[in-house]
Amino acid sequence: MKLPQFDYAAPTTVSEALELLAEHEDEASVLAGGQSLIPLLALRLAYPAVVIDINGVDELSGVSAANGSVRIGATTREYLAEASQTIADAVPLLAAALPLIGHEAIRSRGTIGGSLAHADPAAELPAVARALDADMVVRGRSGERVVPAAEWFEGYLTTSRGPDELLTEVRFPRAAPGTGVSFQEVARRHGDFAIVGLATSLALSDGTISDARLAFAGVSDVPVRAAGAEDLLVGEGPSDELFDEAARRATADIDPPADLHGSSEYRKKVAAALVRRGLREAVGSAQERQ
Amino acid sequence: MTEVDITLTVNGATRTGSPEARKTLADFLRDDLSLTGTHLGCEHGVCGACTVIVDGRAVRSCLMLAVQAAGTEITTIEGLATDGGLGTLQQAMWDSHSFQCGFCTPGFVMQATAFLDDHPDADEQEIREALSGNICRCTGYQSIIDGVLLAAERIRER
Repeated sequence: MKLPQFDYAAPTTVSEALELLAEHEDEASVLAGGQSLIPLLALRLAYPAVVIDINGVDELSGVSAANGSVRIGATTREYLAEASQTIADAVPLLAAALPLIGHEAIRSRGTIGGSLAHADPAAELPAVARALDADMVVRGRSGERVVPAAEWFEGYLTTSRGPDELLTEVRFPRAAPGTGVSFQEVARRHGDFAIVGLATSLALSDGTISDARLAFAGVSDVPVRAAGAEDLLVGEGPSDELFDEAARRATADIDPPADLHGSSEYRKKVAAALVRRGLREAVGSAQERQ
Repeated sequence: MTEVDITLTVNGATRTGSPEARKTLADFLRDDLSLTGTHLGCEHGVCGACTVIVDGRAVRSCLMLAVQAAGTEITTIEGLATDGGLGTLQQAMWDSHSFQCGFCTPGFVMQATAFLDDHPDADEQEIREALSGNICRCTGYQSIIDGVLLAAERIRER
């Protein structure tokens, strides 16, 4: 369908964008890459009175290395992040997930901040943000606040961003030396939303797992950390038996949704298989990076 | 109704227009510029039929507003032919019978053009992944892949 009518504003600075958001609040939708918002408009699932297009706000785009973290501007396009050496070196889990987002033409326009603000629970970036405890930087009427990923995702397509707030930047912690990563997903075709996805990050020191992070996509209305499995893994040496037990614990408490792509039971089985695969691949990549 | 004046370059020529803000780039190309080679299948970013090249990157023109194309350089399917003849990829796809009804073809050709520009050495698997966002309901894809592989071979031989 054609898009519904809306007023259009294209601010060129964050302050202008914030003024517009303060004025229109819930009546406004923020347009970043448009790869989720424009389909919502075309399907008439969204009827904003005003579309605030932030593509012209140059200060919102770019990747920079800071102390202990990598800062990614909200409107940084996914294909540019994919090509970033800084991200490849310092946030390898993000680098592993980026090529799996949509298709090439989607990544030409889609943005890092857009995906995290849209918060589709089956998408790759929310799982990566949750696994790595990324911080979302939002600005609004009352100034700037930093929201940890654990408090960002509130429900299906819902975040803790206030109606007057704009997501301006995402901060991913730098991977420690000896960190291995894997992004696993099962989808009907390359580029489709995952039936189940899993972001895995493991740190090995002297052959022992010193840090373990697993976050699922597609098993709930928000990305989900597998805390039980993480607790089990830390302090142990990698082994197939350990990973089998981690897969059992990681899937014991999840109750994935069912749809035409798979039943809840099927998704649980896929999730367990992804835990085993993800852990094996992460260990391999940790050994390579040491 | 918000209308916005825009100037952009399409297939090498400067074009201007005043699309409504809600008009997609696809509709602007088709309705305002009469470039009806860009096809609209699903109109919500799933089928890839409307793919065009914006500033060197393949983009779904149904997922971009026309006003956002102000100042960009766009290539559509009409811009690929050379001196009235077919371009290398078009000829290779012709030779490989890469289409049946032809509805999806412009999207495949534009996506493959952008991909081959960046990856002239691509193998079959890489081409399959690059084209995975385009849907064809006739061919079963094999002849399309064959055409793009043949084009890659001809580009490398030049």
